[in-house]
Amino acid sequence: MLGAVAAGACAALAGPAVLAQAAPRVVVIGGGFGGASLARALRREDPGISVALIEPNAHYTACPLSNAVIAGLRDMKAQHFGYAGIEADGITHVPQRAVRVEPEQRRVVLADEARLSYDRLVIAPGIDMRFDALPGYDASASQLMPHAWKAGEQTLLLRRQLEAMEDGGLVVISAPANPFRCPPGPYERASLIAHYLKAHKPRSKILILDAKDGFSKQRLFEAGWAALYPGMIEWVGLSFGGAVTGVDAGTRTLRTDFGEHRAMVANVIPPQRAGAIAALAGVADRTGWCPIDPVSFESRLVPNIHVIGDAAIGGAMPKSAFTANAQAKACASAVIALLRGRDPDEPKLINTCYSLLAPDYGISIAGVYTPQNGLLAEVGGAGGTSPLDAPASVRAEEAAYGEAWFQTITTEAFG
Amino acid sequence: MTRALVSVPPAAKRGEIVDVRAMIAHPMETGYRMGPNGAEIPRDIITRFVCTYDGAEVFSAEFFPAVSANPFVSFNLIATESGTLAFEWTDDKGQIETASAEIVVS
Repeated sequence: MLGAVAAGACAALAGPAVLAQAAPRVVVIGGGFGGASLARALRREDPGISVALIEPNAHYTACPLSNAVIAGLRDMKAQHFGYAGIEADGITHVPQRAVRVEPEQRRVVLADEARLSYDRLVIAPGIDMRFDALPGYDASASQLMPHAWKAGEQTLLLRRQLEAMEDGGLVVISAPANPFRCPPGPYERASLIAHYLKAHKPRSKILILDAKDGFSKQRLFEAGWAALYPGMIEWVGLSFGGAVTGVDAGTRTLRTDFGEHRAMVANVIPPQRAGAIAALAGVADRTGWCPIDPVSFESRLVPNIHVIGDAAIGGAMPKSAFTANAQAKACASAVIALLRGRDPDEPKLINTCYSLLAPDYGISIAGVYTPQNGLLAEVGGAGGTSPLDAPASVRAEEAAYGEAWFQTITTEAFG
Repeated sequence: MTRALVSVPPAAKRGEIVDVRAMIAHPMETGYRMGPNGAEIPRDIITRFVCTYDGAEVFSAEFFPAVSANPFVSFNLIATESGTLAFEWTDDKGQIETASAEIVVS
């Protein structure tokens, strides 16, 4: 068993015959909060399992707090996390893209056509933008109207566009219908962009066009906007004609059923789906997301494959880094149980989402979730949001909690 | 607050088929639901929608409890003359909400 660990990639890449008597093999696709947390949880809980993490990027770029990068409050380097900590745990980092899954043979096919055998596969690919969902909004349009919904170059592009904008400009944010990654994210982003504009371009305005009639922590956000940025942020919900039905990237125009808005800076957050490998592996359904068993996180469509994080249909659980990390730990326990011939325990899962309205103004929402009728359901009375009326000191404390949470979760996921 | 939104192209060529859209913010409460205290939530729906073009009715619809909140109606008509498109929504109590838009036909 120790040999398999020390031999690293070679052992993980070897054929099934060689390893027939060896450690159970778990392959993880995706080195984000879900995949990285899961790989480490597996090794921590059962060092006898051989774990390989397939992730083509040399480092991960974290989305939480990336809205602060857009607002110029944070350096992009603070969002980068490497995989050295993971390798130090005895996990094999396979720096390649997974291009296919052969579920019958229980093999993952890599970009160079090498094959990686597994006893259990965990897919944690996060999201992909649906570039076919909003007329006019495709990958090339996103170079003019960034989505910035995967942290990285898009985040910096939106930052540069805001820096280049003249005072008095209109920033339009288009928010999608549910479900999507990070439900409070568009509204935190509007807040932090307002924070930047108030200091540097105070005559500017932000318009949020929304395909929904309500959003996460809405009353807290609206109260915060009135207090911090009066008159700067306008939110137009679905029933007031807020759903964007098409865009023209060349003129930065966003169309709704009832009008057009020409933006100086347009941040189009399009509808999303599970990362591409989910569909290639056959674990995504017609919604674009992956149905799972809420106890084991095993796919309802393909046996021996588990799906966690944003890609999974989490029932009442929102798509967040906190959720991905919580699901990773529960899924790791379930995978170990199944590999060792035990029944997995029913998990209790927690999610908390912190949002910043200003550097010293944080709010949060928390929930507890458990399997019920085949989905993850919220446990009544167990969660809650920040108080609507609270002194500045409470908001400042919550901002600090958010930062502390980020330190904790990134340390747990990446070492 | 009730609010109606309409979309009519401001200008069209005579004989052109134009796209008309109308939406009203309304809960369309079915009358079949109970509130948190167990009491029935009274029915409150829009029952009729009418669009007139220079006074002549060009489109109408009856709404029932199964129609969603914020009913959205989209239809086409032929632009014949410059004039006013008037929209009217009537609810259970007979209250009327209106909106209008001008179209210039050349």
